[in-house]
Amino acid sequence: MSVADRTQGPTPRGSGLEPPSALSRSLDALAARLNRRAGTAFLLPGVLVVLFLSIFPLIVSLYISLVRLKFVKGGFELTFVGFANYAKLLVGIDHVHFLGLLANPSPLGWLVFGLVVVSQVVLLVQYFRTGKVSVAGTVGRIVVALGVSAGAWLIVHTLSPAGRPGTVVVTLLYVFVGIIVQYLLGLGLALLCAQHLPGRRFFRVVFLLPMMITPVGVAYLFRMLTDTSKGPFYPIWNALGLANTSWVTNPWGARAAVMIGDIWQWTPFMFIVLVAALESQSVEPVEAAVVDGASRWQIFWEITLPEILPVSSTLILIRLIEAFKIVDLPNVMTNGGPGTATESLTLHAYTIWRTLDIGGSAAVAYMLLLIVTFIGVAYANLIRQRLVERA
Amino acid sequence: MKRHLALTLGLLVALSLIVTACGGATASPAPTSPPQVVEVTRIVAGTPETVTLQVTAPPPTEAPMKYAGVTVNVLTFTGPQIAEPLQRHGPEFEALTGAHINVNIVPFSDLYQKALTDFATGTNSYDIIVFDPQWMGDYVSAGYLEDLTDKVKSDKTIEWDDIGPFFRDFSATYEGRVYTIPLDGDFHMIYYRTDLIKEPPKTWDDYVALATQFQGKDLNGDGKADYGSCIAMARSQQSYWFISSVASAFIQSQGTGQGAFFTTDTMQPLVNNDAFGKALDIYKTISTLGPPDQLNLNVGDTRGLFTSGRCALSMDWGDIGPLATDKTTSTVIDKVGAAVLPGSKEVLDRATGKLVPCDEKTCPYAIDGVNHAPFAAFGGWSGAINKASKDEVKAAAFDFLAYVSAPAQSNVDVTIGKTGFNPYRTSQFLNREQWVESGMSAVAASNYLGAIEASLNSPNMVLDLRIPQNQYYQQTVLDTAIAQFLAGELDKAATMKQIEDGWNAKTDELGRDTQLAAYKATLGVTK
Repeated sequence: MSVADRTQGPTPRGSGLEPPSALSRSLDALAARLNRRAGTAFLLPGVLVVLFLSIFPLIVSLYISLVRLKFVKGGFELTFVGFANYAKLLVGIDHVHFLGLLANPSPLGWLVFGLVVVSQVVLLVQYFRTGKVSVAGTVGRIVVALGVSAGAWLIVHTLSPAGRPGTVVVTLLYVFVGIIVQYLLGLGLALLCAQHLPGRRFFRVVFLLPMMITPVGVAYLFRMLTDTSKGPFYPIWNALGLANTSWVTNPWGARAAVMIGDIWQWTPFMFIVLVAALESQSVEPVEAAVVDGASRWQIFWEITLPEILPVSSTLILIRLIEAFKIVDLPNVMTNGGPGTATESLTLHAYTIWRTLDIGGSAAVAYMLLLIVTFIGVAYANLIRQRLVERA
Repeated sequence: MKRHLALTLGLLVALSLIVTACGGATASPAPTSPPQVVEVTRIVAGTPETVTLQVTAPPPTEAPMKYAGVTVNVLTFTGPQIAEPLQRHGPEFEALTGAHINVNIVPFSDLYQKALTDFATGTNSYDIIVFDPQWMGDYVSAGYLEDLTDKVKSDKTIEWDDIGPFFRDFSATYEGRVYTIPLDGDFHMIYYRTDLIKEPPKTWDDYVALATQFQGKDLNGDGKADYGSCIAMARSQQSYWFISSVASAFIQSQGTGQGAFFTTDTMQPLVNNDAFGKALDIYKTISTLGPPDQLNLNVGDTRGLFTSGRCALSMDWGDIGPLATDKTTSTVIDKVGAAVLPGSKEVLDRATGKLVPCDEKTCPYAIDGVNHAPFAAFGGWSGAINKASKDEVKAAAFDFLAYVSAPAQSNVDVTIGKTGFNPYRTSQFLNREQWVESGMSAVAASNYLGAIEASLNSPNMVLDLRIPQNQYYQQTVLDTAIAQFLAGELDKAATMKQIEDGWNAKTDELGRDTQLAAYKATLGVTK
């Protein structure tokens, strides 16, 4: 609505001497109300389409996770089974596959678990000391503390020598190890390419290439590279006397291979965004610091890093959500094997779905959604906010 | 009032846009097919001549071909085997009848659900599925497949009676009706290098001994250490059949009707006993007597290794026989022997779950005291027709499958390694000339066909599992547990327990009585 419209609004009428009739007053009021709602009315169709496309499948898949599919004469039938599909994953026959084999942690495991719990308690206490305590904030923080502690409990139990990680822990490993390494490598390369070095434009393109390749292509590439008996590195393996050993048939070797492939593919994403962030930072504080005699490390730590923190935190959030969906690499490189060693949650859902156990598959997908939402929301509310505030 | 008008008009425009957008999709014209000009290389049966045909679709004024304008969509797996002969015969069939054959491919592990989802959702984008007849139960009970019983008997091209009785009456038939046309015959056998091994292994212990003997030796003269045995053990591939091939000799000894997967009284899985345990031990040992990355190899990989002379032994379907005679890839031409699956001198006593020595009573079909139980793994790629397709498409689809299966085509296809088609017709076993023409020596042909015939004629042959959702039993539960066992994630006892629990849970979920009835029906016990 233009300014002219507003000034000519409903009040002055005719000469302005006669009082407006009740009818015209109520019509004007109605028009004003409709005017206020116009934005909503115009947006509504779009919103409905979006809701239909995103919320509807979400609800349907939730329903599917509570049913069992059976083929019968003339088609199929869906039988409502309540939470049976979830029970199968958490306490039933698939719980070892999903959660892992739990065993008593090593002393180191207990130490790690203890540290995680203590850190959560400290964070809670710090929050209560700030004096800005709200009900929502308290509940949220307690839920996060419990969730993080439960996650740590699961990780230390399944990663103990006698245990075995299930698809949940394997996915968490892919996500956290992958993102940390990708960020550090991406930052390193970005710092190099932000320098005025000869050939930096060329290297920028080269560093970006892995991201352009389809994940299935990357997976095949790494499948060849990790083949010690036929692959391109055969002469090297042979010279080292390792031509007859295969590291992708060892659970940790295979997980490492998948993580290396994922890191190779996604470091460029971190790199390109961080290059942009580094190049857009203002020069004055850096120059001032140089004049004041600050070392390169001090400049990086005190000026550059805080300046790119907001971008970094968003970058990590995007990768975090994306990384949970990893499926192509383990599926093509190792088929989730050896055993179930490299199986991610998405691949777990996919293998169940392949035999058309769509209820079981939807249950895994919903558990994944739950985990991603929990970690994403916790990260966005607690860590990212703090990083941005500090910056 | 201008504002009211504008608001109303705006809302109307928005509404009409939505209506148009929603209804617009139905108004779009259907795509028209391009003119058909095909150039094909056609191998004529019996005579190895190559004919090049250039076919232009006839103008509408001329007398139309039988199926002019009909498109038949075929679904099968990535291949290149199986898909290759379909893609090759498609243009030939089009030249003869005018029907356009469109072959769609998906990875093997996706095939089962891809076709089933397509039919169940009523999408019906496929008219023919070339698939594992083992899965037929799920398709037939839901009513998705066309009953072909009368057609196969009246059709002249297909020569139904020439198809081996096992493939005709078991693989193609479900509850007494024919639903598929066999295109391939499948059996697990072992292959051995005749230049290294004089007598094929009789028992699995012999197999392990031979594999141990040749592991790490140079077998093809290239100076590199080679492997005792190459078996595809990758997860989510076609590997889960191999453990059953080892276990069958220990589990089934009283003839085909005994079954090797479940007991026929209470449907208890036969996987948690000394016999299956022994098979697991042997399988694990074999897994260490091969390429270092054997746990990550599929059948394509192991076939390549075997035909390049890097393995002394292998277990596979019939494919290695013709592949080994392929002059372009094989370095072991005339050095390959095939034999029926090794057996065992001990078999399972189902009452106690223990192994007992073979005697006349425990192993009535034993040969020289060794119980062999050749496993008809998979059952052979077969073509089925979607019941929901249009009648003329179904007719064209049937004629195409009959054309591919007809002796004129299939008797040549089975001698070509890359087709993935293995012999399944009586004429293919009797007429050895075509095998010799394809490059196999007379001795090799007789040895190869003899091994398949021995398996096919065995009264103690093991039938593959064909009960509702057998795909879950095998590809999800069995495949995962075996992969975990080989990778060291599970020990022997835990592996057996996991398979038993997984199978029992599924059986209870689907109804033990129903599953038992289906299992007994496939074994022919109730006949």
